[in-house]
Amino acid sequence: MIIELGHFALMLALPLALIQAAVPLWGAHRRHAGMMALADLTALAQFALIALAFATLMNAYVTSDFSVLNVAENSSSAKPLLYKITGLWGNHEGSMLLWVLILTLFGAAVAWFGDNLPPALKARVLSVQAMIGAGFFLFILFTSDPFQRLANPPLDGNGLNPILQDPGLAFHPPMLYLGYVGFSVAFSFAVAALLEGRVDAAWARWVRPWTLAAWCALTVGIAMGSWWAYYTLGWGGWWFWDPVENASFMPWLVGTALLHSAIVVEKRDALKTWTVLLAILAFSLSLVGTFLVRSGVLTSVHAFALDPRRGVFILVLLAVAIGGSLILYAVRAPALQGGGLFAPVSREGALVLNNLLLATGAATVFLGTLYPLFLDAVGGPKLSVGYPFFDRTFVPLMVPLLLAVSVGPFLAWKRGDLRGALQRLWIAFGLAVLVGAIALYVTQGGPILAVGGLMLAAWVGLGAITEWIERTKLNWRRAIHLPRAAHGMTLAHLGLAVTVTGIAGSAWQTERIVVMKPGDNLSIGGYTLHLDRIGQSDTPSYHAERADISVSADGKAVAAMHPEKRTYPLEQMTRGETAIRTTLLADLYLALGDNDGKGGATIRAYWKPLVPWIWIGAVFMALGGVLSLSDRRFRIGVARRRAPAGAAVEPGE
Amino acid sequence: MRRILFIVPIVLFLAVVTYFFVAMRGGYNPSVVPSAMVGKPVPAFDLPGPPSPPNYAGPPVKLGFTNRDMLGRVVVVNFFASWCVPCRVEHPVLMGLGPSANVPVVGIAYKDKGQDAIGFLNEYGNPYVAIALDESGRTGIDFGVYGVPETYVVDKQGIIRLRHVGPLTAESVAREILPVVRALQVQP
Repeated sequence: MIIELGHFALMLALPLALIQAAVPLWGAHRRHAGMMALADLTALAQFALIALAFATLMNAYVTSDFSVLNVAENSSSAKPLLYKITGLWGNHEGSMLLWVLILTLFGAAVAWFGDNLPPALKARVLSVQAMIGAGFFLFILFTSDPFQRLANPPLDGNGLNPILQDPGLAFHPPMLYLGYVGFSVAFSFAVAALLEGRVDAAWARWVRPWTLAAWCALTVGIAMGSWWAYYTLGWGGWWFWDPVENASFMPWLVGTALLHSAIVVEKRDALKTWTVLLAILAFSLSLVGTFLVRSGVLTSVHAFALDPRRGVFILVLLAVAIGGSLILYAVRAPALQGGGLFAPVSREGALVLNNLLLATGAATVFLGTLYPLFLDAVGGPKLSVGYPFFDRTFVPLMVPLLLAVSVGPFLAWKRGDLRGALQRLWIAFGLAVLVGAIALYVTQGGPILAVGGLMLAAWVGLGAITEWIERTKLNWRRAIHLPRAAHGMTLAHLGLAVTVTGIAGSAWQTERIVVMKPGDNLSIGGYTLHLDRIGQSDTPSYHAERADISVSADGKAVAAMHPEKRTYPLEQMTRGETAIRTTLLADLYLALGDNDGKGGATIRAYWKPLVPWIWIGAVFMALGGVLSLSDRRFRIGVARRRAPAGAAVEPGE
Repeated sequence: MRRILFIVPIVLFLAVVTYFFVAMRGGYNPSVVPSAMVGKPVPAFDLPGPPSPPNYAGPPVKLGFTNRDMLGRVVVVNFFASWCVPCRVEHPVLMGLGPSANVPVVGIAYKDKGQDAIGFLNEYGNPYVAIALDESGRTGIDFGVYGVPETYVVDKQGIIRLRHVGPLTAESVAREILPVVRALQVQP
């Protein structure tokens, strides 16, 4: 009975969304306050209804109610509670429900916190948000109903894909969706601005916090996915340029560009049409990502089950949402008034360079992901892509970006002094060269490109620190009074430097792959590994083969490590469980391979210097975003209280 | 002139969507991509093997082979790479393919280093009776490979009879690969 309640709540949300899509828009056109204000109410009600629907499905998962088809297919009673909960979004239908939950959450947040928005803009934003919502409600109700009952419930469910039974991947989708769907707010703002025919500094100030929030979540989500791949796939790789990874990386690149270009709109009233386009593209790429994963157009490990009907439905949604907004853009954007002019060498110029490189990077990834299919469609010559393609096209694009990151913040608005900026960075430059020289000396003939990467990372990090020192003059009081957004930028750029350091450092990894018998020793990265025994263990979910390895350094025991190989009988799958010991400076990474049938087993041991920095850097970036988000000029209500002081803050309707 | 710039995004998008739509209609299945190579002889190649065989219990493995080595029997050619994630997914299926269909499976490591490819097989097991390295990707291009994994069925005369794109699943082996292999095996 409870599950039907959830189904009913979802059905009820659809007409609400349709009302919200139409009435406030008409109200904004007619300047009718009541019709515009209706959007607040429906947005909150939609969220309440979807939250109820979500809660009923969650209840079915937690109580293992196998009379619900979705639960029977994706859960089983023997799973730990955590994986019963996360099983909800480990499948297509449930994950779509999570998608709309987050969508309506953002809609409700705009309604709740948006008191300082001009009423017409707010009404239009919420109306666009409801159009997206209505599309997805229809999609769920007609093609992906998670509330379907089974006439003859099975005694136990089919279980959850073992790959998903992992704490790292359990919370990867929600973070990713927060990011994807968060861009829907920037999208709605962009479409609303096109409808109104006006983009100004205030608009940028409203868009930026939403974009920042989405970007932070997406950063964490992507980092979690990459970290998961690192410790699960037993190979120690952390990025595979898999179509589904690319699908989340493209919105991130465009979102990063949007964050930076919105600054130009806010401070200098320039780059408006470009920023609006980026806002549309960031969400469009999120939708394309959703489409790619679910339609089966591309094959990938992560993909959900194929269903052409769903694919066509999402494609139509995609065509209406993206096509509609781009047509609107083609018609209305040329009329947007351009603002301040600037010289090529200036803060604006540096941000344009950043945008061009990031957008080109996103386009490269897009091409690399879809090009093989396009070529095949037009019967062209076959071309192979993969790791090698992206290494050769994407990485070179990022080099000038990293070079410019340090210089940009030193350039003045309107017209900058490049020579002066470089002079202020000479210490950073000198130290970066020193880092390179030390790396060359210490590693002795290692990969030369990695030394270059390390120097770039040092340049970015030291540049960020130099800029921070110049601003604060190392004076505590000065630092406190600096806007938090400035500290946020420093932290995020430092995070970028840390991540690049990790990527460069991973080139120096060493590996040993040997068949070991109990009692054998293996040395790697200054450690000695001793295989004590190879044993078996059983849990309700899986059967495990497990190696007990004691690790010592300089004769002293430092750790006991237990790589495993798990077999899941219900799901008929095998996956490795790696053992990782990290010092934060380097990882010792062990994976258990095949049993040779003679009492020994293959052990893959890696020593991976600096690799943990890849994810530490991502956390820094996200924290920088959060710090910037807490800046007082974004904080709720501030703009409104200040409104009488200046028309620029909130232009009256 | 300026206006035209603003129309560019929608035009590009329409192209993309049209393609998606065409791709999805007509029961499009991304893993059975018609290939110009089906029905044609295997392109000529002479590839070296990895420096050492995988340390895996079983019969000896041939390191390096040419297209002529495959003549006279039905062969399954699998393109793989250690950097390829879907290859790990299909690997258990591949391990069972050779024994269950009594067909030799040969592996070509595509744009991969010898050590990496062998490391991959050491951990996951070796399904191949022969392994060759296509470091430059040249042979892959001749075959029409556009991404790994890809699998081809070649008949006794060295003619390509089937191409499968993407990871093999138990279902696709039973439905696509095995019927073709069995039918070819009984032909002269």
